[in-house]
Amino acid sequence: MIGSPDVVAFTKEDDFGDSFSDPFSLPEEFSVPLFAHAANANPWTKTSYAKFSKDFILISEFSEQVGPQPLLTIPNDPKVCGTFDLNYFSLRIMSVDYQASFVGHPPGSNYPRLNFVEDSKVVLGDSKEGAFAYVHHLTLYDLEARGFVRPFCMAYISADERKIMHQFQELSSEFSKASEFLKSGNRKAFANELEKKLKDLEYTRSVLHKEAELQKMNNGCYSTQAIEKANELANMEKSIYEHKDLLRQITSYPSRKKKDVHFVQRETEKLADTSVLDDTPNSNPSEIADKTVETENDIRKSSYTPQLIKGKSAKCFDKRLKTMEELCDASFFHQTLEQLNIIEKSFRGDLCFIYTSQIDRALVGKQKVTSFLFEAEREWENEVPLKNFSISSNNPTVPILNLTGEPLSLESYTSCIDIDHMKPGVESIEGPPESSLSDITQETSEAADTETKGSFSSDKSIEAFGGVSPSSLQANYFDGLERKSKVSIASPSESASSSVAVPQRMTDGNLVLMDAACCIGQEGFVFEEPLPELAQECCGDTVVNREPLSLLQGDPALQMDYILEESALAESPNMGLTFSELNTGVLSEEVAKINIEDVSDSTSFMSASTSSDRAVSPFTYGSALTLKQKKKAGHNALRFIRQYPFAQQAIFCLLSGRTLVILGVDEGTVRKLVNALLFFVPNLGKYGETVQPWLSSPFQLIDLQRWKLIGLQRAASPAGSSILHSLNRYSRYISILDCDSKTLRCPPYKGTLISRLADHRTQIKRGSTYFLHVQGMLTQLTARAFLYTFCHHIHLPMDINDQGSVTSRRTNFLLQLGYTVEESKIVQYLSELIKQHYMQGSSKGGNQSFCFNYTTSYLYKI
Amino acid sequence: MLRWILGGREAQGTVEKSAALFIGEEQPKNCFTEMQVLKGHFDIVRFLVQIDDLRFASAGDDGLVLIWNVETGECLFVLRGHTQQITAMTSYTFIRGGTAHTALITASSDRTLSLWDPDSGNRVQNISDLQSSVKCLLVLAHLDVWLSGGNELCVWNRDLELRCKMVHHSDAGISAMVELPKNFIAAAMDKEIVIFKLNLSGSDIAVMAMRHLADHQDTIRSLIHINDRLFASGSHIGELIIWDSVDWTIQAYEHILWEEPARDSQSEFKLNHQKQIERSIQHMSSDGEYIVAAVGSGLYVYNVLMKSVVAYRRTAHDSNILHTMLQRDSLMSCSEDGSVRMWELQDLPLPAEPASSGFFGMFGTFGRSSKQTGPPAKKIPEVPGLRSLELIGDLIGHSGAVQMFLSFKEKGLVTCSTDQLLIVWKDGELQSQLRSLAVFQKLEENQGL
Repeated sequence: MIGSPDVVAFTKEDDFGDSFSDPFSLPEEFSVPLFAHAANANPWTKTSYAKFSKDFILISEFSEQVGPQPLLTIPNDPKVCGTFDLNYFSLRIMSVDYQASFVGHPPGSNYPRLNFVEDSKVVLGDSKEGAFAYVHHLTLYDLEARGFVRPFCMAYISADERKIMHQFQELSSEFSKASEFLKSGNRKAFANELEKKLKDLEYTRSVLHKEAELQKMNNGCYSTQAIEKANELANMEKSIYEHKDLLRQITSYPSRKKKDVHFVQRETEKLADTSVLDDTPNSNPSEIADKTVETENDIRKSSYTPQLIKGKSAKCFDKRLKTMEELCDASFFHQTLEQLNIIEKSFRGDLCFIYTSQIDRALVGKQKVTSFLFEAEREWENEVPLKNFSISSNNPTVPILNLTGEPLSLESYTSCIDIDHMKPGVESIEGPPESSLSDITQETSEAADTETKGSFSSDKSIEAFGGVSPSSLQANYFDGLERKSKVSIASPSESASSSVAVPQRMTDGNLVLMDAACCIGQEGFVFEEPLPELAQECCGDTVVNREPLSLLQGDPALQMDYILEESALAESPNMGLTFSELNTGVLSEEVAKINIEDVSDSTSFMSASTSSDRAVSPFTYGSALTLKQKKKAGHNALRFIRQYPFAQQAIFCLLSGRTLVILGVDEGTVRKLVNALLFFVPNLGKYGETVQPWLSSPFQLIDLQRWKLIGLQRAASPAGSSILHSLNRYSRYISILDCDSKTLRCPPYKGTLISRLADHRTQIKRGSTYFLHVQGMLTQLTARAFLYTFCHHIHLPMDINDQGSVTSRRTNFLLQLGYTVEESKIVQYLSELIKQHYMQGSSKGGNQSFCFNYTTSYLYKI
Repeated sequence: MLRWILGGREAQGTVEKSAALFIGEEQPKNCFTEMQVLKGHFDIVRFLVQIDDLRFASAGDDGLVLIWNVETGECLFVLRGHTQQITAMTSYTFIRGGTAHTALITASSDRTLSLWDPDSGNRVQNISDLQSSVKCLLVLAHLDVWLSGGNELCVWNRDLELRCKMVHHSDAGISAMVELPKNFIAAAMDKEIVIFKLNLSGSDIAVMAMRHLADHQDTIRSLIHINDRLFASGSHIGELIIWDSVDWTIQAYEHILWEEPARDSQSEFKLNHQKQIERSIQHMSSDGEYIVAAVGSGLYVYNVLMKSVVAYRRTAHDSNILHTMLQRDSLMSCSEDGSVRMWELQDLPLPAEPASSGFFGMFGTFGRSSKQTGPPAKKIPEVPGLRSLELIGDLIGHSGAVQMFLSFKEKGLVTCSTDQLLIVWKDGELQSQLRSLAVFQKLEENQGL
């Protein structure tokens, strides 16, 4: 028995977490919510009820032919979903009313209107399945679809409810990007399609015209045939006009997003007025559209031969609906998949882990001035909207009625309608969150309306939002076009040619087939019974019993990405698939009351990052260095400092910017040492540009400027001797670690800083632990270097001829910080790097100078 | 004529050479702790000319003239036009419209002369129908003309119009020129110095050879202006003659032989080799009181007022010295061995025990090879007032002969080399302070970080 969907509980501050205020604690935005489980249970050993082994992304469609159907999952691996019923879940997430999907005749207009609607974002929970989902609805335009729209949704499905709740904003903004890719691609494809259709229509019209003339000639003006032809011709004219209008609408898609709903409303109203004026037939817009499409699709267009269009289109079910990839431009589609893969990766793992890394990222983001020194470059660094970053432990910034003014992601308009629909009984309990009370606009009332009407699609749907759609993140295809009409109200599907049928497989008694031949001006289908019952009924019948029309099977190209790493699989805890705690009978009301604590401990997964650090990380020049690689290097580093008593001197060289050359016969040994010393190199660069792991030719002076750590081949050949010559010649600028004779020639180091950093007898056992230890100390060092760099009083001369005193003030400052002369050099070097970075930005262009010291080197032996 | 035979060589001659060569890595007096490598040329870079406080031009065998900013190391312009190597380059500052303009004049083996505007990078004028290539250029600022010397002596005005021309019939041609008072010019032609007079009658200029001074035994390698009263010439076999600028008489004559009376058998063995060494005076520079002459791989400092040698170092470099510079008590030299060395004139201490210069620890020793290995007691003051020339630092960076250097005072030192590179050497501490100032300025502009 399937009950109505659970509404995820949206708790207020008092309900969730504890809000102690320790003055010394981290600021709230950087705190991690405590694990809310009271018992002494291990949070990571909890079994969950979920039937899937890890979080995944599901894309579903509400197909007009077969009803809700899953299209693809990311990762695309059946193991991920396990026994989880995708069909059922698709039904669940797609049965949420999506206002945007309505297209109809707006009152007072004769032409079909496209509705540029916001995506809706909701959270759905299904306690029975143990699944919680962030659901992102969107519509794509399809000329052949009913009302020109195809509702889709992307869902991030997790067993951890808290994860969905807490990460709502992040999920929302990330999914919005994906959605934008899809929609921009779709608009482009739709415009193309319209172009073609117009050609067809015009061609058909010309043919009809000829026929009509012929009829007139033969049978006279008033013969029935002639009249018929004339009607047909008139229909065709209308059709052409409507298509042109559609084209104009799609090409004048507003590229600017609006944040403020009220503003938007006003704007829309205003625009609606003007758009009425614009409706007066004029060929301008379509011309513009023509132009754009022309430029974009010159080749395709020119090669396209118009076809005769029959007055009546084929039966709905004979028609093959376009696949998602066909609906969008292929490149956009692949971009979307890429983005979804990124989402999957970035939200992988336990909530706690995500929090930590988000905080980490946010903190690093605040240290742009110094973070280039030792922090690993983040994969998504530029994409993560750090400014919006706000985690609050007590106040999950989640969905419902998050209508106005919220400076979330721009288009994070969320609707609660779905939930109302899904769970009418809950309302009394739940109520709208306090925070948004004042913001409830017509939205909610309409939601209520909708509900009472029991209709999936209401023509009173949120008009206000119609005109506002986010601009594509891509270079907008439609940019630069006039944006005259921002029509918000949906239009009816046009003429009989695109009539669509309601899926028959859904005829479980809930749906009634409307006029299948023609849907002009009608909602596609209407529920006879109120929705709640529908939901229950549907659930009762378990699933849409048809196998999904899998896009995947049709298109091998889609199966491309993501093969789950074996290791990751192996490490993910074996998920229990039992519904142990939750009574399946718990429905509606009670679900709403589910204590967060009960749900929240459903297990999530550790990321694969704990993989063995034994392996020598493959340091490959040219590919981005990842944090993981650096962590792996920690093991080598640990071994290095244990093995070589002069490790401190070597590290001192690297930190003070003196190029360290590792000389050896065996490439493996040299590379290993390079790898071990890797993360001590300041300003390593995203790709490790400042390191040359293996060099077999003599280096030049300019190389010393570029590389701070060089692995050099010792060879007996003539080349080898010239290498030795260059070593000799530039010996004052470099330190040489000879791995064959195990000697190091470098300036001496005195101080305690590096002995703490690289203790010969360190108790640290694991490479990754050591890496973190080093990272911590280097961060401290960086902070000092920052302080040193930006302290006014030590750098600014008191008067013009004051150079000497500046020098002594600088030296004294460093001595006061407790640094020895050698350590001062490190801080000074880091400070120079900071200054350079600050002045020039992250770009490494330009001719940089190369600093050095004239100091005596010593030879160290084991 | 005074003939000088330099002596003072000691038993440990072998050590002296290496001691002179190797100063060690600790150079507290060497302030050049930052370098910037400038790439742009495709062949030997031979000439550096300062344009103003910020800019300089470099030219060489690739026929390119590059204009650089010394502070940023940015290449401002690449002046293309010459098809063969550049043989001479000078800057030419004149007043036009109340403001000072600087033009750049270059001469090339392709027998062209070009006038460039370093502000726009344009070639303002070009003369291509010369009969021979120009070897030297001389600007006479007060006459607002400039001269080119080669097989012919030409006088040009600022717009590169030929004002006067004089053809010689000697094979050698003019290799160097200096300006003398009263519109006289001294030009070195092989073994002779020819004094020319520029006659100005109205707007016409005529050149007339006044006298041939044939006191050198061999080809004159360098000719410099010392002060208003004196100029000097140096020849291939080490003759150094100081001339009076007005009456062209010899004020002093030195013959630098770089040889010494043998003291013992050990060094006699060495002497056979020493006699072969180069003693050509390739370059001289002067601060008005002292002359420094680059004699082979040695340095020779002469006081023109006292007419006596002040200091010398026979093997200052491993190879021939190509360029020198004298500033107060410090001296700089660059050589074919690829290094630039900085020297200091120090008063000699009392004769002391010859210091052991110890072992010189390049690689593989704990040895602290420092400046003390320099031989302060090497010189036996045979002449009162003799000072020692102490190496205080060296700049190693080029992998080929350092052809020339150009000092921008505290802004740095530019060197150019056979390895096609230019290097700007800077005072790291000063640069660091300047960068700090720039950072604070940007902070102020940005209102914080």
